[in-house]
Amino acid sequence: MSNVATKAKELLESKAVQVVIGYENGTNGVVRPAFITTPAKAAQLIYDERCVQNLAVYLTKHEVKHFGKMGIVATLPVMRSIMMLISEQQVFPDNIVVLGIADDGNILDFADMKIMQAHIGKSNLENPSKDQEKLAELNKMSLEERFKFWEQELSKCIKCYACRQSCPMCYCTRCFTECNQPQWLPVQSNTHGNMEWHILRAMHLAGRCISCGECGRACPVNIPCHLLTMQLADQTFNYFNVHAGISEDMKSVMSTFEPNDKESFII
Amino acid sequence: MSDFEPKVVAFVCNWCTYAGADLTGTSRIKYASNVKIIRFPCTGRIDFMLLLKSFANGADGIIISGCHPNDCHYTSGNFHAKRRWIMFKELMDFMGIDMKRITFSWVSAAEGARWAEVVNTTVARVRELGPYVSYKQMVNTHIEEEVTNE
Repeated sequence: MSNVATKAKELLESKAVQVVIGYENGTNGVVRPAFITTPAKAAQLIYDERCVQNLAVYLTKHEVKHFGKMGIVATLPVMRSIMMLISEQQVFPDNIVVLGIADDGNILDFADMKIMQAHIGKSNLENPSKDQEKLAELNKMSLEERFKFWEQELSKCIKCYACRQSCPMCYCTRCFTECNQPQWLPVQSNTHGNMEWHILRAMHLAGRCISCGECGRACPVNIPCHLLTMQLADQTFNYFNVHAGISEDMKSVMSTFEPNDKESFII
Repeated sequence: MSDFEPKVVAFVCNWCTYAGADLTGTSRIKYASNVKIIRFPCTGRIDFMLLLKSFANGADGIIISGCHPNDCHYTSGNFHAKRRWIMFKELMDFMGIDMKRITFSWVSAAEGARWAEVVNTTVARVRELGPYVSYKQMVNTHIEEEVTNE
């Protein structure tokens, strides 16, 4: 039994939690999220390098909350998502137990959120280096080239909204895409409407994206839409010196301000 | 492109820039007539989607203007707007949308002459840039597709 499974079994046996959200083997060598509710089933849980999905997305789902107290297998992006959700009062610390996983794969025991906060504080909060390279490459292009690149990429979008569904921060039960008075976005997929959707999504995640890259992984047509939110995560740090998801009582970047916020484009 | 007349949309706040633009008129200062002014309660109330919709509906340039920092009628609306525009500008730059077409400014109710200057410089700059062809082409592609599909 893996370390994760042992720990999950303990938690379920002691009734510290009613459900453990983790990963299990799926079909054809892929892993899938698992919702374990009995100690007997805890052995299904695994953790290896294939387990990259951001599980924090399930913490705000009604069907999962319904079980009661939740345990969650959490790598760094998941821990940051949890912090962000707590700071936005979408998740309550008393209602979750975090089964932390360190970079070396060891289990971390977080007695409370302050310890997790300290762990996050010690970690690398930059965008993943692979994505950071792609960002640098795009930023080197001319404006026209970048427009062509995104026009090309976004023309593929089929408006399935997997990027939204996979994101722990996109928890609105009524998304503006479903509102039609006014109809901000066309329902059908076309390049212009797709671009508007991706701009809007990125803007709504400005200062909130924790750079897990789940939206890009979820995309069935491989649009690197995570680069948009990661660029803004980068700029949030540039301008406001804040990384998202680092503390429980973090103030929302876009709904607070400093009178001396620096900018150079307003005349 | 000599007969190109830029269409510029100005989103302004009710308390400063709108009153400033009023002063421009009452002071009999002439300025470019290419601008269409849309009045908002506050710069903090201007949704970035409106900017995208303006471009999609044929605008070649946009002006966003409100009260100077610390002069907001609602105390902090323009500070919030400032953060939003910082993020918006970075995202637009990253997606290759031309920020030279958008002017952000603070114009108070006493700055009638400055409003004329802001409009004139924006119109002149947009005139030089020409119509926003690349964005319009993107918008029109699907319309053409739909027509041929029918």
